[in-house]
This record gives sequence, C-alpha cells and structure tokens, in this order.
Amino acid sequence: MASGETVTSSEYIQHHLTNLTFGRFPDGHWGIAENAAEAKEMGFWALHLDSLFWSTALAVIFGYFFYKAARNATAGVPGKLQNFVETMVEFVEDSVKGSFSGRNPLIAPLALTVFCWVFLMNLMDLVPVDVIPRLAGAIGIHHMKVVPSTDPNVTFALALGVFALIIFYSIKIKGVGGFVKELTGMPFETDNVLLKPVFFVINLFLEGVNLLAKPISLSLRLFGNMYAGEMIFILIALMYGAGVGMGIFGGVLQFVWAVFHILVITLQAFIFMTLTIVYLDMAHSEHH
Amino acid sequence: MNINLTLIAQLISFAVFVWFTMKYVWPPMVKAMEDRKAKIADGLAAAERGVHEQELAKKAALEKLHEAKQQSAEIVSRAEKRAAEIVDEAKDQARAEGERLLAAAQAEIEQEANKTREALRAKVAELAVLGAEKILRKEINADAHKDIVDSLAKQI
Repeated sequence: MASGETVTSSEYIQHHLTNLTFGRFPDGHWGIAENAAEAKEMGFWALHLDSLFWSTALAVIFGYFFYKAARNATAGVPGKLQNFVETMVEFVEDSVKGSFSGRNPLIAPLALTVFCWVFLMNLMDLVPVDVIPRLAGAIGIHHMKVVPSTDPNVTFALALGVFALIIFYSIKIKGVGGFVKELTGMPFETDNVLLKPVFFVINLFLEGVNLLAKPISLSLRLFGNMYAGEMIFILIALMYGAGVGMGIFGGVLQFVWAVFHILVITLQAFIFMTLTIVYLDMAHSEHH
Repeated sequence: MNINLTLIAQLISFAVFVWFTMKYVWPPMVKAMEDRKAKIADGLAAAERGVHEQELAKKAALEKLHEAKQQSAEIVSRAEKRAAEIVDEAKDQARAEGERLLAAAQAEIEQEANKTREALRAKVAELAVLGAEKILRKEINADAHKDIVDSLAKQI
C-alpha cells in the first residue's frame, strides 16, 4: 500500500493488480499512469515497468550465476555453484533427450532459459504480497506488481517466442509446401477433386486452431495459475486487517498456501519447459 | 490485464536471454560435463589397468621369490659342499702336518740317540782305557814299560 490511509478490500485488491504503467495518455503525452483506469486508456502504447524490471532483473540474476558457473566450469572437482548449474543442465538435457527427437543446438538452452526464468518469475509469488509494493511505495512508486508471470504480456511474450520458433522450424524443416500441406492436408484426406477444396478449408480450420491453441494455452496456463495464486495470497493478506484472530489464521493460511505454491511454481515452470520442447519437437518432425 | 508494448519488450528480452544462454552458458557447461565424463572413464580404465598390473606384478614377485628361494637353496648347498671340502682339506693338511712333525720328531730322536750312542761310545772307550790303565798300573812299572810310554808320548 502506498500510504497509510484506509482502503476498502476491493481497492486493496485493485491496487495490487495494477501494474506500474508507463505509456502514452490519450492527450498524447507520455507518463506513468496513476491508476488502473488511466493505464487502460493508454491502450497498446504502454509499458509495464514493474513486469519488465522484475523479469529482466531475474533473468540477469539467472544469467549472472549461470554464466559465472559456465565460465569457471571445470572438468575436475566442481564447486557448489557449478554443481547446482550442472544439476539444472542435466535435468534440462534429460527432458530434452526424452521429448525431442531431432538435433537442434537451440532447444536445450532455450528449455533451460525458459525453465529457470519462469521458475524465478513464479518464485516472486512467494515474497509476501505487501513487502515489495510497500518498499516501492516508500520511495514514491505507487504501483508495483512483483510477479512478472501474473502479467499476461510476459507469458504471451514467452509463448509467442516459442510460437515463432515453431513456425520457423516447421518451415525450415518441412519447407513452405510441407508446412502448408501439414496445415491443409490433414486430418481429412481425399483423392476426389471436388471434395479437395472442402477438405482444404476444414483441415486449415482444424489445424489452424490446433496451431494457434499452442501459444495461447501455453501462456494462459502459466498466467492463470500464477494469477490465481497471487490472488489468493492477496485475499489472505486481507485477513491481516481483520483482527488478531483472523490475522493469525491468515498467517497459517499464507504459510500453507506458500508451501503448496512451491509445488505450483515449479510445476508450472516445468510444464512450460516441457511443452516448449514438445511443440518444437512436433515442428521438427513430420507428424500425421 | 492489458496487452501492450510490454509484450514486444518482453519478447526482445526473451530472445536476448535465450541467445545468451545458448552462446555463453550451455556450451561450456556441457563441455565441462562431457570432459569430466571422459576423465572419469579414463580414471576407471586406469584403475582397472592398475589392478591388472598389480596382479601381474604380484605374479612376477611370486616368481622372483620362488627363484630367489631356489637360488638361496643352491647357494646353501654349494656352501655346505664347500665347507665339507674345506674341512676335508683341513683334515688332510692336519694329517700331513702331523706326519711331518712325527717324522721330524723321530729324526730328532734318532739324532739324539746317535749322539748319545757316540757319547757313550766315547765314554766306553775312556772307561776301557781307564780300566786298562788300572789293570796296567797294577802289572806294569814305569821302567819296564818305559819304551812303550815313550813311544806313545812321542806319538802325541
């Protein structure tokens, strides 16, 4: 909360769900939105500074430690950091080997980045919901959403990145003709000249939906899980304002939910990584 | 909940971080792990080789030991033989020496005996002369036998 003034529950929740938005106001000038309504008015030309900051910061932390481990990597006795990084690398490598049948040097690093990044972004969910927003409020930043994966922009960006790779490799491996054929020649096949255009349309529709469902389900799954989890943390946090008994009860609940959430955040990161690998495997192979 | 420019920015950073991981994190890590795998494999192979070599060495040592035992037995037997020889030699020498000493002693004794015999002979002659003298003194006087004494004296 930015200030000590009393707020209603819905205001509290609303406040927690508003990003720190920098964008173009309807009158043309650029600035930081004061509230959710202003942020909405900015439309597309707006940046969620908090999402970008936290996601980038987390990625930099990930990059720093992994780069440090990689640069000092030795074939001899590994240190603690190297041990950890090797565990991660091995874990990802196993996943890739299990799901990806082709050979592509991009897939494994991509999967590692996706897993670690998504995990770290999800991990921010375990920071008590008021801590960072309050600290930010103390230095004059009124909105601060610290879990980047509760921002659909972030999850969609990841999913679209994967989607772009799916398209790219589908065309690269199978050629434009092969990719188009895959979209239109299945699942209904016929040798009848008259029926062909009909099936063409039906197939394109089915396969198109199938293809587009991939990035959407990928991003919405992560977003939905994290958003819901965050929401529950916020609702639990509301209890602290409702007396000592409720406060203690809320504390217990928060602990229980956080413990459960450890599973959720790891699982979501793992699912995101695994589906990334699987989708790209499908893009690499001729499937029927 | 708005989809906006954040999406594009996030997409760019995603691409950058994937590129970073692909370029600077993944290859060295995998290389280190592969190297270690090779190293461990080498180490295991070396250990196996070492065990094998140790076995061979053990066998060789056993052989050497056996040989040494044989050699030492040979040496001992040779030494025993030599000792027996030396003892025999010494015995022979001692016997020869004894014989020699015996011979020397006998020769000396003989010599002594001869000497004594000579001395005795001289004494006997003397005694004979003395006896003869005594007998003669009783039966002879100087005058009667003056010429004989004189002739004897002349011979001196």
